[in-house]
Amino acid sequence: MRPLTEEETRIFFEKLVKYIGENIKILIDRPDGPYCFRLNKERVFYVSEEIMKKAGNVARENLVSLGTCMGKFTKSKKFRLHVTALDYLAPYAQGKMWLKPSAEQQFLYGHNVMKSGLGRISESVDRYQGVILYSMNDLPLGFGTAAKSTSDCRHSDPGTIVCFHQSDIGEYIRSEDTLT
Amino acid sequence: MHDTMEEESTPKSTTVERPLHVDVDLGNLLLSDTNEIAVKSLRANPDEYLRTLARDNAQLLINEIWKLPFERVDDVIITKLPKATYILPREKPAPKAKTLTKWESYAKEKGITKRKKTKLVWDELVKKWVPRFGYKKVDAEAEKDWVLEVPGNVDPMEDQFERKSEAKAERVSKNELQRLRNLAKAKKVDIPGGSGLTSKEKPSKIELHQAVHVAKKATASLGKFQAKLPKEKPLKGTGKKRQFEPLVIDSTKEKNKNLDVLARVMSKKPKIDIASAVNKQVDIREMEKSSFRSKSHGPKQGSGGGRSGSKRSDGKRRSGPGKPTAGRPRTGDGEGMRRGRSGGARGGGRNGPATGRSAFGGAKSGPGGGGARGGRGGGRGGGGRRGRS
Repeated sequence: MRPLTEEETRIFFEKLVKYIGENIKILIDRPDGPYCFRLNKERVFYVSEEIMKKAGNVARENLVSLGTCMGKFTKSKKFRLHVTALDYLAPYAQGKMWLKPSAEQQFLYGHNVMKSGLGRISESVDRYQGVILYSMNDLPLGFGTAAKSTSDCRHSDPGTIVCFHQSDIGEYIRSEDTLT
Repeated sequence: MHDTMEEESTPKSTTVERPLHVDVDLGNLLLSDTNEIAVKSLRANPDEYLRTLARDNAQLLINEIWKLPFERVDDVIITKLPKATYILPREKPAPKAKTLTKWESYAKEKGITKRKKTKLVWDELVKKWVPRFGYKKVDAEAEKDWVLEVPGNVDPMEDQFERKSEAKAERVSKNELQRLRNLAKAKKVDIPGGSGLTSKEKPSKIELHQAVHVAKKATASLGKFQAKLPKEKPLKGTGKKRQFEPLVIDSTKEKNKNLDVLARVMSKKPKIDIASAVNKQVDIREMEKSSFRSKSHGPKQGSGGGRSGSKRSDGKRRSGPGKPTAGRPRTGDGEGMRRGRSGGARGGGRNGPATGRSAFGGAKSGPGGGGARGGRGGGRGGGGRRGRS
Protein backbone atom coordinates (compact mmCIF):
# COMPACT_ATOMS: atom_id res chain seq x y z
CA MET A 1 0.00 0.00 0.00
CA ARG A 2 1.32 3.42 -0.89
CA PRO A 3 0.10 6.95 -1.65
CA LEU A 4 -0.61 7.73 -5.26
CA THR A 5 2.09 9.43 -7.27
CA GLU A 6 1.32 12.79 -8.77
CA GLU A 7 0.74 11.25 -12.18
CA GLU A 8 -1.59 8.63 -10.76
CA THR A 9 -3.48 11.25 -8.82
CA ARG A 10 -3.93 13.25 -11.99
CA ILE A 11 -5.25 10.29 -13.97
CA PHE A 12 -7.56 9.37 -11.14
CA PHE A 13 -8.91 12.88 -10.68
CA GLU A 14 -9.40 13.37 -14.39
CA LYS A 15 -11.74 10.41 -14.34
CA LEU A 16 -13.49 11.50 -11.18
CA VAL A 17 -13.98 15.04 -12.45
CA LYS A 18 -16.19 13.69 -15.20
CA TYR A 19 -18.70 12.58 -12.60
CA ILE A 20 -18.49 14.94 -9.68
CA GLY A 21 -16.53 17.89 -11.02
CA GLU A 22 -15.27 20.30 -8.39
CA ASN A 23 -16.91 18.22 -5.71
CA ILE A 24 -13.75 16.14 -5.41
CA LYS A 25 -12.74 18.85 -2.98
CA ILE A 26 -15.37 17.53 -0.62
CA LEU A 27 -13.75 14.11 -0.72
CA ILE A 28 -10.26 15.45 -0.18
CA ASP A 29 -11.09 17.96 2.50
CA ARG A 30 -13.52 16.40 4.90
CA PRO A 31 -14.69 17.91 8.13
CA ASP A 32 -14.91 14.52 9.85
CA GLY A 33 -11.21 13.74 10.06
CA PRO A 34 -8.61 13.19 7.38
CA TYR A 35 -9.31 10.81 4.55
CA CYS A 36 -6.80 9.71 1.95
CA PHE A 37 -6.35 7.78 -1.26
CA ARG A 38 -4.08 4.78 -1.14
CA LEU A 39 -2.97 2.38 -3.82
CA ASN A 40 -2.61 -1.34 -3.33
CA LYS A 41 -2.36 -3.89 -6.10
CA GLU A 42 -3.20 -1.19 -8.63
CA ARG A 43 -6.45 -0.44 -6.81
CA VAL A 44 -7.22 2.93 -5.33
CA PHE A 45 -8.84 2.96 -1.94
CA TYR A 46 -10.52 5.88 -0.26
CA VAL A 47 -9.98 5.39 3.41
CA SER A 48 -9.86 7.30 6.65
CA GLU A 49 -6.34 7.90 7.78
CA GLU A 50 -6.89 6.09 11.01
CA ILE A 51 -7.86 2.87 9.30
CA MET A 52 -5.08 3.30 6.77
CA LYS A 53 -2.51 3.51 9.54
CA LYS A 54 -3.84 0.33 11.09
CA ALA A 55 -3.91 -1.45 7.76
CA GLY A 56 -0.27 -0.50 7.31
CA ASN A 57 0.57 -3.44 9.54
CA VAL A 58 -0.84 -5.89 7.03
CA ALA A 59 1.53 -7.15 4.38
CA ARG A 60 0.79 -5.89 0.88
CA GLU A 61 0.00 -9.28 -0.55
CA ASN A 62 -2.31 -10.15 2.30
CA LEU A 63 -4.23 -6.90 2.17
CA VAL A 64 -7.39 -7.50 0.18
CA SER A 65 -9.27 -4.30 0.79
CA LEU A 66 -9.58 -1.30 3.04
CA GLY A 67 -11.93 1.61 3.10
CA THR A 68 -13.75 1.94 -0.19
CA CYS A 69 -12.29 0.75 -3.45
CA MET A 70 -12.70 3.57 -5.95
CA GLY A 71 -11.42 1.63 -8.91
CA LYS A 72 -8.25 0.37 -10.42
CA PHE A 73 -5.50 1.29 -12.80
CA THR A 74 -5.43 -0.82 -15.91
CA LYS A 75 -2.22 -2.22 -17.27
CA SER A 76 -2.02 0.73 -19.65
CA LYS A 77 -2.33 3.07 -16.68
CA LYS A 78 -5.84 4.23 -17.32
CA PHE A 79 -8.21 4.48 -14.43
CA ARG A 80 -11.39 2.49 -14.26
CA LEU A 81 -14.00 3.26 -11.64
CA HIS A 82 -15.58 0.39 -9.78
CA VAL A 83 -19.19 0.24 -8.72
CA THR A 84 -18.01 0.41 -5.12
CA ALA A 85 -17.23 4.08 -5.74
CA LEU A 86 -20.90 4.75 -6.37
CA ASP A 87 -21.51 5.64 -2.74
CA TYR A 88 -19.16 8.58 -3.13
CA LEU A 89 -20.13 9.55 -6.64
CA ALA A 90 -23.90 9.57 -6.24
CA PRO A 91 -24.27 12.33 -3.62
CA TYR A 92 -22.02 14.72 -5.53
CA ALA A 93 -23.06 13.81 -9.04
CA GLN A 94 -23.36 16.57 -11.60
CA GLY A 95 -25.01 14.69 -14.43
CA LYS A 96 -27.92 12.44 -13.56
CA MET A 97 -30.27 10.21 -15.42
CA TRP A 98 -33.34 8.50 -14.08
CA LEU A 99 -34.38 5.17 -15.49
CA LYS A 100 -37.88 3.93 -15.98
CA PRO A 101 -38.63 0.79 -13.98
CA SER A 102 -38.92 -1.14 -17.23
CA ALA A 103 -35.36 -0.20 -18.19
CA GLU A 104 -33.82 -0.75 -14.80
CA GLN A 105 -33.27 -4.46 -15.28
CA GLN A 106 -31.64 -4.03 -18.64
CA PHE A 107 -29.20 -1.60 -17.15
CA LEU A 108 -28.52 -3.73 -14.13
CA TYR A 109 -27.64 -6.60 -16.42
CA GLY A 110 -24.89 -4.47 -17.91
CA HIS A 111 -26.56 -2.99 -20.98
CA ASN A 112 -26.48 0.54 -22.29
CA VAL A 113 -29.44 2.80 -21.68
CA MET A 114 -31.75 3.58 -24.56
CA LYS A 115 -33.82 6.66 -24.98
CA SER A 116 -36.97 4.65 -24.40
CA GLY A 117 -35.74 3.71 -20.94
CA LEU A 118 -34.83 7.20 -19.92
CA GLY A 119 -37.21 8.56 -17.32
CA ARG A 120 -35.62 11.93 -17.06
CA ILE A 121 -32.28 13.61 -17.25
CA SER A 122 -30.69 16.45 -15.41
CA GLU A 123 -30.17 19.60 -17.40
CA SER A 124 -27.07 20.51 -19.38
CA VAL A 125 -25.50 17.11 -19.45
CA ASP A 126 -22.81 17.24 -22.08
CA ARG A 127 -21.94 14.51 -24.48
CA TYR A 128 -19.55 11.96 -22.96
CA GLN A 129 -19.95 13.42 -19.54
CA GLY A 130 -20.12 10.98 -16.68
CA VAL A 131 -23.62 10.47 -15.37
CA ILE A 132 -25.05 8.66 -12.40
CA LEU A 133 -28.10 6.56 -13.13
CA TYR A 134 -30.96 6.47 -10.68
CA SER A 135 -34.15 4.54 -10.50
CA MET A 136 -37.28 6.67 -10.56
CA ASN A 137 -37.39 6.65 -6.78
CA ASP A 138 -33.87 8.07 -6.56
CA LEU A 139 -31.95 4.91 -5.86
CA PRO A 140 -28.52 5.09 -7.47
CA LEU A 141 -28.13 2.15 -9.82
CA GLY A 142 -24.75 2.79 -11.35
CA PHE A 143 -22.96 5.12 -13.64
CA GLY A 144 -22.13 5.55 -17.25
CA THR A 145 -21.17 8.02 -19.91
CA ALA A 146 -23.74 10.16 -21.63
CA ALA A 147 -23.88 9.24 -25.27
CA LYS A 148 -25.98 12.27 -26.07
CA SER A 149 -26.23 15.66 -24.53
CA THR A 150 -29.47 16.65 -22.85
CA SER A 151 -30.78 18.55 -25.83
CA ASP A 152 -29.79 15.79 -28.24
CA CYS A 153 -31.63 13.32 -26.09
CA ARG A 154 -34.83 15.16 -26.71
CA HIS A 155 -34.72 14.77 -30.44
CA SER A 156 -33.45 11.23 -30.63
CA ASP A 157 -35.41 8.09 -31.40
CA PRO A 158 -36.49 5.78 -28.60
CA GLY A 159 -34.02 3.18 -29.87
CA THR A 160 -30.91 5.32 -29.67
CA ILE A 161 -28.44 4.82 -26.90
CA VAL A 162 -28.33 7.77 -24.55
CA CYS A 163 -25.92 6.39 -21.96
CA PHE A 164 -23.05 3.94 -22.25
CA HIS A 165 -23.01 1.53 -19.39
CA GLN A 166 -19.93 1.62 -17.24
CA SER A 167 -20.81 0.12 -13.93
CA ASP A 168 -23.95 -0.90 -12.10
CA ILE A 169 -24.92 -2.40 -8.80
CA GLY A 170 -25.63 -5.70 -10.51
CA GLU A 171 -21.87 -6.15 -10.51
CA TYR A 172 -22.04 -6.89 -6.83
CA ILE A 173 -23.49 -10.20 -7.93
CA ARG A 174 -22.05 -10.59 -11.40
CA SER A 175 -18.43 -9.94 -10.55
CA GLU A 176 -18.51 -10.71 -6.91
CA ASP A 177 -15.04 -12.20 -6.78
CA THR A 178 -13.22 -9.37 -8.52
CA LEU A 179 -14.73 -6.52 -6.55
CA THR A 180 -12.91 -5.51 -3.45
CA MET B 1 36.76 -42.21 54.41
CA HIS B 2 39.59 -44.58 54.85
CA ASP B 3 39.20 -45.89 51.31
CA THR B 4 39.36 -42.52 49.68
CA MET B 5 42.36 -41.53 51.72
CA GLU B 6 44.12 -44.66 50.62
CA GLU B 7 43.16 -44.05 46.98
CA GLU B 8 44.54 -40.55 46.92
CA SER B 9 47.77 -41.48 48.55
CA THR B 10 48.59 -44.59 46.54
CA PRO B 11 49.28 -44.19 42.80
CA LYS B 12 46.72 -45.83 40.63
CA SER B 13 47.41 -48.96 38.71
CA THR B 14 48.86 -48.72 35.23
CA THR B 15 46.75 -51.58 34.05
CA VAL B 16 43.25 -50.73 33.10
CA GLU B 17 40.60 -53.31 32.36
CA ARG B 18 38.16 -52.75 29.55
CA PRO B 19 35.62 -55.36 28.56
CA LEU B 20 35.69 -54.29 24.91
CA HIS B 21 38.73 -53.49 22.86
CA VAL B 22 39.46 -49.77 22.52
CA ASP B 23 40.58 -48.27 19.23
CA VAL B 24 43.95 -46.62 19.41
CA ASP B 25 45.37 -44.46 16.67
CA LEU B 26 48.87 -43.56 17.80
CA GLY B 27 49.59 -41.37 14.79
CA ASN B 28 46.94 -38.92 15.94
CA LEU B 29 47.44 -39.80 19.64
CA LEU B 30 43.77 -40.71 19.58
CA LEU B 31 41.94 -43.30 21.60
CA SER B 32 38.26 -43.99 21.17
CA ASP B 33 36.51 -45.98 23.86
CA THR B 34 33.35 -47.75 22.73
CA ASN B 35 32.66 -49.37 26.10
CA GLU B 36 29.39 -48.87 27.83
CA ILE B 37 29.06 -45.99 30.24
CA ALA B 38 28.05 -46.88 33.78
CA VAL B 39 25.01 -44.72 33.84
CA LYS B 40 24.32 -45.15 37.55
CA SER B 41 27.66 -43.89 38.73
CA LEU B 42 27.63 -41.15 36.10
CA ARG B 43 24.33 -39.89 37.46
CA ALA B 44 25.45 -40.21 41.06
CA ASN B 45 28.72 -38.36 40.66
CA PRO B 46 29.27 -37.15 37.15
CA ASP B 47 32.46 -35.16 37.75
CA GLU B 48 34.22 -37.93 39.59
CA TYR B 49 33.15 -40.56 37.08
CA LEU B 50 34.26 -38.56 34.05
CA ARG B 51 37.58 -37.79 35.64
CA THR B 52 38.36 -41.44 36.34
CA LEU B 53 37.18 -42.44 32.88
CA ALA B 54 39.47 -39.88 31.29
CA ARG B 55 42.41 -40.92 33.45
CA ASP B 56 41.93 -44.63 32.67
CA ASN B 57 41.72 -44.01 28.95
CA ALA B 58 44.76 -41.74 29.04
CA GLN B 59 46.57 -44.53 30.89
CA LEU B 60 45.60 -46.95 28.13
CA LEU B 61 46.93 -44.60 25.47
CA ILE B 62 50.20 -44.07 27.31
CA ASN B 63 50.55 -47.83 27.77
CA GLU B 64 50.28 -48.19 24.01
CA ILE B 65 52.91 -45.53 23.46
CA TRP B 66 55.28 -47.30 25.77
CA LYS B 67 54.93 -50.40 23.64
CA LEU B 68 56.56 -48.59 20.70
CA PRO B 69 60.32 -48.90 20.19
CA PHE B 70 62.05 -45.94 21.75
CA GLU B 71 65.54 -44.60 22.10
CA ARG B 72 67.32 -42.28 24.48
CA VAL B 73 68.98 -39.13 23.18
CA ASP B 74 70.64 -36.91 25.77
CA ASP B 75 68.43 -38.15 28.64
CA VAL B 76 65.32 -37.69 26.55
CA ILE B 77 63.19 -40.62 25.54
CA ILE B 78 62.19 -40.41 21.91
CA THR B 79 59.82 -42.55 19.94
CA LYS B 80 58.51 -42.37 16.43
CA LEU B 81 54.75 -42.47 16.08
CA PRO B 82 53.31 -44.65 13.36
CA LYS B 83 51.24 -43.33 10.52
CA ALA B 84 47.79 -42.10 11.47
CA THR B 85 45.00 -44.51 10.59
CA TYR B 86 41.95 -42.52 11.61
CA ILE B 87 40.62 -40.43 8.78
CA LEU B 88 39.79 -36.98 10.04
CA PRO B 89 37.03 -35.08 8.22
CA ARG B 90 38.17 -32.38 5.81
CA GLU B 91 38.70 -28.92 7.16
CA LYS B 92 37.47 -27.11 4.04
CA PRO B 93 34.29 -27.90 2.14
CA ALA B 94 34.68 -30.09 -0.92
CA PRO B 95 35.39 -28.06 -4.04
CA LYS B 96 32.44 -27.40 -6.28
CA ALA B 97 32.29 -28.72 -9.81
CA LYS B 98 33.51 -26.27 -12.43
CA THR B 99 30.82 -24.45 -14.33
CA LEU B 100 30.57 -25.83 -17.82
CA THR B 101 31.35 -23.54 -20.69
CA LYS B 102 28.66 -22.90 -23.22
CA TRP B 103 30.08 -25.47 -25.63
CA GLU B 104 30.58 -28.04 -22.88
CA SER B 105 27.03 -27.74 -21.69
CA TYR B 106 25.79 -27.96 -25.28
CA ALA B 107 27.96 -31.01 -25.96
CA LYS B 108 26.71 -32.66 -22.80
CA GLU B 109 23.15 -32.03 -23.80
CA LYS B 110 23.72 -33.45 -27.28
CA GLY B 111 25.90 -36.30 -26.05
CA ILE B 112 28.93 -35.15 -28.01
CA THR B 113 32.15 -36.65 -26.66
CA LYS B 114 35.65 -35.51 -27.39
CA ARG B 115 37.52 -37.66 -29.86
CA LYS B 116 41.23 -38.02 -29.48
CA LYS B 117 42.99 -36.56 -32.50
CA THR B 118 46.56 -37.11 -33.52
CA LYS B 119 48.88 -34.21 -33.09
CA LEU B 120 50.40 -34.57 -36.55
CA VAL B 121 48.46 -34.81 -39.78
CA TRP B 122 49.72 -35.83 -43.18
CA ASP B 123 49.66 -32.97 -45.65
CA GLU B 124 49.26 -34.11 -49.20
CA LEU B 125 50.42 -30.81 -50.63
CA VAL B 126 53.77 -30.58 -48.98
CA LYS B 127 54.09 -34.37 -48.52
CA LYS B 128 54.97 -33.95 -44.91
CA TRP B 129 53.63 -34.57 -41.43
CA VAL B 130 52.57 -31.19 -40.12
CA PRO B 131 51.23 -30.31 -36.69
CA ARG B 132 47.47 -29.92 -36.49
CA PHE B 133 47.83 -26.85 -34.30
CA GLY B 134 50.27 -25.02 -32.11
CA TYR B 135 54.06 -25.05 -32.34
CA LYS B 136 55.39 -24.87 -35.91
CA LYS B 137 51.90 -24.88 -37.37
CA VAL B 138 52.45 -21.37 -38.71
CA ASP B 139 55.65 -22.38 -40.42
CA ALA B 140 53.92 -25.27 -42.10
CA GLU B 141 51.12 -22.98 -43.23
CA ALA B 142 53.56 -20.49 -44.66
CA GLU B 143 55.28 -23.25 -46.58
CA LYS B 144 51.98 -24.44 -47.93
CA ASP B 145 50.41 -21.07 -48.76
CA TRP B 146 53.28 -19.40 -50.58
CA VAL B 147 50.75 -18.56 -53.26
CA LEU B 148 46.99 -18.02 -52.96
CA GLU B 149 44.27 -18.36 -55.52
CA VAL B 150 42.06 -15.34 -56.21
CA PRO B 151 38.44 -16.49 -56.23
CA GLY B 152 36.33 -15.43 -59.17
CA ASN B 153 33.76 -13.52 -57.16
CA VAL B 154 36.12 -11.06 -55.43
CA ASP B 155 37.96 -7.93 -56.34
CA PRO B 156 41.13 -9.14 -58.13
CA MET B 157 43.20 -6.35 -56.60
CA GLU B 158 42.41 -7.45 -53.06
CA ASP B 159 45.30 -8.86 -51.12
CA GLN B 160 44.32 -12.45 -50.36
CA PHE B 161 47.04 -12.88 -47.75
CA GLU B 162 45.78 -9.90 -45.84
CA ARG B 163 42.27 -11.18 -46.12
CA LYS B 164 43.29 -14.50 -44.73
CA SER B 165 45.13 -13.03 -41.78
CA GLU B 166 42.17 -10.76 -41.08
CA ALA B 167 39.84 -13.70 -40.98
CA LYS B 168 42.19 -15.44 -38.61
CA ALA B 169 42.34 -12.42 -36.32
CA GLU B 170 38.57 -12.30 -36.38
CA ARG B 171 38.35 -15.93 -35.31
CA VAL B 172 40.86 -15.38 -32.54
CA SER B 173 39.03 -12.38 -31.16
CA LYS B 174 35.73 -14.18 -31.34
CA ASN B 175 37.19 -17.02 -29.37
CA GLU B 176 38.58 -14.61 -26.83
CA LEU B 177 35.19 -13.01 -26.45
CA GLN B 178 33.60 -16.39 -25.91
CA ARG B 179 36.26 -17.31 -23.40
CA LEU B 180 35.64 -14.16 -21.43
CA ARG B 181 31.93 -14.69 -21.60
CA ASN B 182 32.32 -18.17 -20.22
CA LEU B 183 34.54 -16.81 -17.50
CA ALA B 184 32.00 -14.15 -16.58
CA LYS B 185 29.23 -16.71 -16.59
CA ALA B 186 31.19 -19.04 -14.31
CA LYS B 187 31.94 -16.23 -11.86
CA LYS B 188 28.47 -14.77 -12.23
CA VAL B 189 29.82 -11.36 -13.14
CA ASP B 190 27.59 -8.85 -14.84
CA ILE B 191 29.30 -7.85 -18.04
CA PRO B 192 29.24 -4.08 -18.43
CA GLY B 193 27.05 -3.17 -21.33
CA GLY B 194 25.07 -6.36 -21.02
CA SER B 195 24.47 -7.76 -24.44
CA GLY B 196 25.77 -4.71 -26.20
CA LEU B 197 28.02 -6.78 -28.35
CA THR B 198 25.96 -9.31 -30.13
CA SER B 199 27.87 -11.99 -31.90
CA LYS B 200 24.70 -13.69 -33.01
CA GLU B 201 23.84 -14.05 -36.61
CA LYS B 202 20.27 -13.00 -36.12
CA PRO B 203 19.91 -10.93 -32.96
CA SER B 204 16.37 -10.43 -31.74
CA LYS B 205 14.59 -7.09 -31.79
CA ILE B 206 15.20 -6.60 -28.10
CA GLU B 207 18.89 -7.43 -28.40
CA LEU B 208 19.32 -5.00 -31.26
CA HIS B 209 17.49 -2.37 -29.26
CA GLN B 210 19.82 -2.88 -26.35
CA ALA B 211 22.85 -2.87 -28.60
CA VAL B 212 21.80 0.46 -30.05
CA HIS B 213 21.47 1.94 -26.60
CA VAL B 214 24.83 0.62 -25.49
CA ALA B 215 26.49 1.95 -28.61
CA LYS B 216 24.86 5.32 -28.10
CA LYS B 217 26.16 5.60 -24.59
CA ALA B 218 29.68 4.71 -25.62
CA THR B 219 30.75 8.31 -26.15
CA ALA B 220 32.78 10.66 -24.02
CA SER B 221 29.61 12.45 -22.95
CA LEU B 222 27.77 9.18 -22.27
CA GLY B 223 25.47 9.66 -25.21
CA LYS B 224 24.17 13.02 -24.10
CA PHE B 225 24.44 14.60 -27.50
CA GLN B 226 23.52 11.63 -29.61
CA ALA B 227 20.76 12.17 -32.10
CA LYS B 228 17.57 10.27 -31.48
CA LEU B 229 15.71 8.13 -33.90
CA PRO B 230 12.16 9.18 -34.67
CA LYS B 231 9.82 7.53 -32.16
CA GLU B 232 12.69 6.03 -30.29
CA LYS B 233 11.56 4.46 -27.07
CA PRO B 234 13.62 4.74 -23.91
CA LEU B 235 15.21 1.51 -22.79
CA LYS B 236 13.34 -0.17 -20.01
CA GLY B 237 14.93 -1.08 -16.75
CA THR B 238 17.93 1.19 -17.10
CA GLY B 239 16.55 4.31 -15.53
CA LYS B 240 16.15 5.24 -11.94
CA LYS B 241 14.14 3.02 -9.69
CA ARG B 242 10.77 4.40 -8.79
CA GLN B 243 10.63 5.92 -5.36
CA PHE B 244 7.32 6.16 -3.62
CA GLU B 245 6.32 8.24 -0.71
CA PRO B 246 5.95 6.55 2.66
CA LEU B 247 2.57 5.17 3.57
CA VAL B 248 1.81 7.77 6.18
CA ILE B 249 2.36 11.37 5.17
CA ASP B 250 1.33 14.50 6.97
CA SER B 251 -2.38 14.71 6.24
CA THR B 252 -2.50 18.44 5.57
CA LYS B 253 0.45 18.14 3.22
CA GLU B 254 -1.21 15.34 1.37
CA LYS B 255 -4.47 17.23 1.21
CA ASN B 256 -2.79 20.30 -0.22
CA LYS B 257 -1.01 18.19 -2.78
CA ASN B 258 -4.24 16.59 -3.86
CA LEU B 259 -5.92 19.97 -4.08
CA ASP B 260 -3.05 21.20 -6.22
CA VAL B 261 -3.44 18.31 -8.59
CA LEU B 262 -7.17 18.91 -8.68
CA ALA B 263 -6.68 22.57 -9.48
CA ARG B 264 -4.40 21.62 -12.34
CA VAL B 265 -6.90 19.07 -13.61
CA MET B 266 -9.72 21.59 -13.44
CA SER B 267 -7.72 24.30 -15.15
CA LYS B 268 -7.21 22.05 -18.13
CA LYS B 269 -10.87 22.19 -18.93
CA PRO B 270 -11.59 24.82 -21.56
CA LYS B 271 -13.06 28.00 -20.18
CA ILE B 272 -15.66 28.09 -22.88
CA ASP B 273 -17.00 24.68 -23.65
CA ILE B 274 -18.47 25.16 -27.10
CA ALA B 275 -20.56 22.04 -27.01
CA SER B 276 -22.17 22.87 -23.72
CA ALA B 277 -22.66 26.52 -24.72
CA VAL B 278 -24.43 25.44 -27.86
CA ASN B 279 -26.51 23.02 -25.86
CA LYS B 280 -27.52 25.75 -23.50
CA GLN B 281 -28.49 27.98 -26.37
CA VAL B 282 -30.53 25.21 -27.89
CA ASP B 283 -32.13 24.65 -24.50
CA ILE B 284 -33.15 28.25 -24.21
CA ARG B 285 -34.58 28.29 -27.68
CA GLU B 286 -36.59 25.17 -26.99
CA MET B 287 -37.85 26.70 -23.86
CA GLU B 288 -38.99 29.80 -25.61
CA LYS B 289 -40.76 27.71 -28.17
CA SER B 290 -42.59 25.71 -25.54
CA SER B 291 -43.44 28.82 -23.57
CA PHE B 292 -44.90 30.35 -26.68
CA ARG B 293 -47.00 27.27 -27.20
CA SER B 294 -48.27 27.21 -23.65
CA LYS B 295 -48.93 30.93 -23.67
CA SER B 296 -51.59 30.38 -26.20
CA HIS B 297 -53.45 28.25 -23.66
CA GLY B 298 -54.31 31.21 -21.56
CA PRO B 299 -53.53 32.67 -18.15
CA LYS B 300 -55.16 29.86 -16.20
CA GLN B 301 -52.18 27.71 -16.55
CA GLY B 302 -49.80 30.25 -15.25
CA SER B 303 -51.70 30.67 -12.05
CA GLY B 304 -51.84 26.96 -11.54
CA GLY B 305 -48.13 26.80 -11.93
CA GLY B 306 -47.69 29.46 -9.33
CA ARG B 307 -49.58 27.54 -6.77
CA SER B 308 -47.86 24.28 -7.25
CA GLY B 309 -44.60 26.15 -7.12
CA SER B 310 -45.29 27.11 -3.57
CA LYS B 311 -45.97 23.52 -2.82
CA ARG B 312 -42.61 22.52 -4.13
CA SER B 313 -40.86 24.90 -1.86
CA ASP B 314 -41.91 22.89 1.16
CA GLY B 315 -39.02 20.58 0.39
CA LYS B 316 -40.71 17.78 -1.45
CA ARG B 317 -38.47 16.29 -4.07
CA ARG B 318 -39.71 15.66 -7.46
CA SER B 319 -40.27 11.99 -7.80
CA GLY B 320 -42.14 10.26 -10.46
CA PRO B 321 -43.89 7.23 -9.15
CA GLY B 322 -46.72 7.53 -11.53
CA LYS B 323 -44.70 8.91 -14.29
CA PRO B 324 -43.28 5.92 -16.03
CA THR B 325 -46.66 4.26 -16.12
CA ALA B 326 -47.68 6.94 -18.48
CA GLY B 327 -46.08 5.38 -21.46
CA ARG B 328 -46.18 7.96 -24.13
CA PRO B 329 -44.45 6.65 -27.14
CA ARG B 330 -42.33 9.60 -28.20
CA THR B 331 -41.06 12.78 -26.71
CA GLY B 332 -41.73 10.86 -23.58
CA ASP B 333 -41.68 11.62 -19.94
CA GLY B 334 -37.95 12.28 -19.94
CA GLU B 335 -38.48 15.20 -22.08
CA GLY B 336 -41.38 16.57 -20.22
CA MET B 337 -39.59 16.31 -16.98
CA ARG B 338 -36.52 17.78 -18.38
CA ARG B 339 -38.24 20.74 -19.69
CA GLY B 340 -39.98 21.26 -16.47
CA ARG B 341 -36.83 21.07 -14.49
CA SER B 342 -34.73 23.25 -16.62
CA GLY B 343 -37.42 25.82 -16.64
CA GLY B 344 -37.61 25.77 -12.89
CA ALA B 345 -33.93 25.99 -12.40
CA ARG B 346 -33.45 28.80 -14.74
CA GLY B 347 -36.57 30.61 -13.83
CA GLY B 348 -36.80 31.70 -17.40
CA GLY B 349 -40.13 32.75 -18.79
CA ARG B 350 -43.46 32.83 -17.24
CA ASN B 351 -44.49 29.52 -18.49
CA GLY B 352 -41.31 27.56 -18.06
CA PRO B 353 -41.78 27.04 -14.35
CA ALA B 354 -45.39 26.40 -14.86
CA THR B 355 -44.76 23.41 -16.99
CA GLY B 356 -42.32 21.97 -14.48
CA ARG B 357 -44.64 22.48 -11.66
CA SER B 358 -47.49 20.99 -13.42
CA ALA B 359 -45.46 17.85 -13.78
CA PHE B 360 -44.96 17.94 -10.09
CA GLY B 361 -48.40 18.59 -9.20
CA GLY B 362 -49.48 15.64 -11.19
CA ALA B 363 -47.09 13.31 -9.56
CA LYS B 364 -47.84 14.51 -6.13
CA SER B 365 -51.49 14.90 -6.07
CA GLY B 366 -52.47 12.16 -8.42
CA PRO B 367 -52.97 8.86 -6.68
CA GLY B 368 -52.11 6.86 -9.73
CA GLY B 369 -51.37 7.00 -13.37
CA GLY B 370 -54.18 9.36 -14.12
CA GLY B 371 -52.67 12.10 -12.07
CA ALA B 372 -49.30 11.54 -13.59
CA ARG B 373 -50.70 11.75 -17.03
CA GLY B 374 -52.26 15.00 -16.17
CA GLY B 375 -48.93 16.24 -15.01
CA ARG B 376 -47.35 15.24 -18.19
CA GLY B 377 -49.90 16.96 -20.18
CA GLY B 378 -48.99 20.08 -18.30
CA GLY B 379 -45.43 19.56 -19.27
CA ARG B 380 -46.38 19.58 -22.87
CA GLY B 381 -48.34 22.72 -22.49
CA GLY B 382 -51.62 21.13 -21.50
CA GLY B 383 -53.57 21.71 -18.30
CA GLY B 384 -51.50 20.90 -15.28
CA ARG B 385 -54.37 22.01 -13.18
CA ARG B 386 -56.62 19.54 -14.75
CA GLY B 387 -54.48 16.73 -13.45
CA ARG B 388 -54.52 18.02 -9.97
CA SER B 389 -58.09 18.98 -9.54
